[in-house]
Amino acid sequence: MESQEAGKNPVVQKLRDWNPQAVAEVTDFRGETTIVVPRQLLVRVSEYLVDEPSLRFSFLSDLTPVDRFPMEPRFELNYHLLSLNRKERLRLQVKLSGADPSVASVTPVWPTANWHEREAFDLFGIRFEGHPDLTRILMPDDWEGHPLRKDYPVEGYR
Amino acid sequence: MTTIETAAGPAEPMVLNMGPQHPSTHGVLRVILELDGETILKARPVIGYLHTGIEKSCEDKTYSQCITLTDRIDYLAPLSNNLAFCLAAEKLIGIEIPKRAQYIRVLLTELTRVASHLVWLGTHAIDLGAMSVFLYCFREREEILKVLEYVSGQRMMTSYFRIGGLALEPPPGWLEKVGRVIDLMPGHIDQYEELLTENRIWIGRTKGVGYISAEDAIAMGISGPLLRASGVPYDIRKVFPYSSYDEFDFEIKTATEGDSYARYTVRVAEMRESLKIIRQAMGKIPSEGPFRADLPGIIPPSREEMKTSIEGLIYHFKIFTEGFAPPPGQVYQAIESPRGELGVFMASDGSPKPYRVKFRTPSFVNLQALPKLCEGRLIADAVTCIGTTDIVLGEVDR
Repeated sequence: MESQEAGKNPVVQKLRDWNPQAVAEVTDFRGETTIVVPRQLLVRVSEYLVDEPSLRFSFLSDLTPVDRFPMEPRFELNYHLLSLNRKERLRLQVKLSGADPSVASVTPVWPTANWHEREAFDLFGIRFEGHPDLTRILMPDDWEGHPLRKDYPVEGYR
Repeated sequence: MTTIETAAGPAEPMVLNMGPQHPSTHGVLRVILELDGETILKARPVIGYLHTGIEKSCEDKTYSQCITLTDRIDYLAPLSNNLAFCLAAEKLIGIEIPKRAQYIRVLLTELTRVASHLVWLGTHAIDLGAMSVFLYCFREREEILKVLEYVSGQRMMTSYFRIGGLALEPPPGWLEKVGRVIDLMPGHIDQYEELLTENRIWIGRTKGVGYISAEDAIAMGISGPLLRASGVPYDIRKVFPYSSYDEFDFEIKTATEGDSYARYTVRVAEMRESLKIIRQAMGKIPSEGPFRADLPGIIPPSREEMKTSIEGLIYHFKIFTEGFAPPPGQVYQAIESPRGELGVFMASDGSPKPYRVKFRTPSFVNLQALPKLCEGRLIADAVTCIGTTDIVLGEVDR
């Protein structure tokens, strides 16, 4: 869903100038810009957003999956970025299928993603390729299942 | 496992388990330490001992019902969590809060910041052996909790901020009570500084301990006093002001050394700035006016309206049985909690229950940096580093 204002955001323009395929979709809701990035371009887009001197989105605030079961693509991974220089926030979104939810890890770009990705793996079952230590973080190590998925009951199994 | 060189030949380091039951880990935190004598080679925090599934529970409750759960995330600053959640919900729905409610929110949030920093100072000091500071800090905190009890009925888990404003009209005379507490606070903070700031033992145990550079801090997503003590002036109250913080006059306190002593000075200075903000808020709050926005389908009517008018009754019934439905969409709202950037990500699908709520808690992210802070130092410094990160396990695990 394209919106007029979102298209005018200078960050979106820069990203489009750098690589038109980087911006699959862009939306603007309550003053927040969300850019949907194709899964295979995630790391390159992240590196560009961090390295480009006029952007410098060097702070990754949060990495949140949303489970849209039974819709496909099932998972939406939200990366909340912050540029301390521009005093601006941005959200990147990557959509993953339910059958094989995996994406490249962004720990080389933002080391803080380490524990966020472990939590996403633990609670949603999303695999991050290249993560240095993809193990459960909140649930016990021998837990089966991924509790925050929509097909996991809120009262649990035990 | 690495091998270390000893006088008797190569050997394996000793693995020592710290926690989850430990007086100095500030909750149920487990740290697996690999030691060469007393030097920490590797520190690996293991968390999850306090995971109660708050985010999953929120998906099963209406937006208003979730507020009571938010108190328990960072249980030392419950009003901060209330504020973050309410601001996110209000952003999602698109509500404007009356100024009076905004100023009262600012005042109570800053009071909570002071209370939280008092707990931090007291527990950090007692970990390092300064037992009197602990008792003095908790004595002051007791006064603040009495004020919160007078205003909201609850000492800690107040749930006083609701979507649209406040839960209740503040009782008469509450501002005088607040005034009495903050009149005495600067003197008390001077007392703590007298005991600690130039104390040789305190300086010896905190100066140079737990150093992190500004670049590393930003890369690790660290926020709050940890980031500011490394020289980065990032305070969400100034950079992305919320709840009328831009109408208040206060400074961002930073330091440059990036060690535990710098963090101590930053937090103590922050306590003083908070007292300034509270005093300004006391002057700004109008004595009369609405304490919440007027939106019939979303914010419950007053008890009187509910009992005397049919529309009030119907709205009350609908709101408390079914809840209200915000438009579909997602928002991320961050506030500056005493520990750093507390963000709430809320995704709505148009139903009265949130589709997804994620609490981006500062302690979870800051704790990741623990290995960087204490590797290469002594075991005793691990205690200092855990204390200086100011973690609350309810926040780490949710």
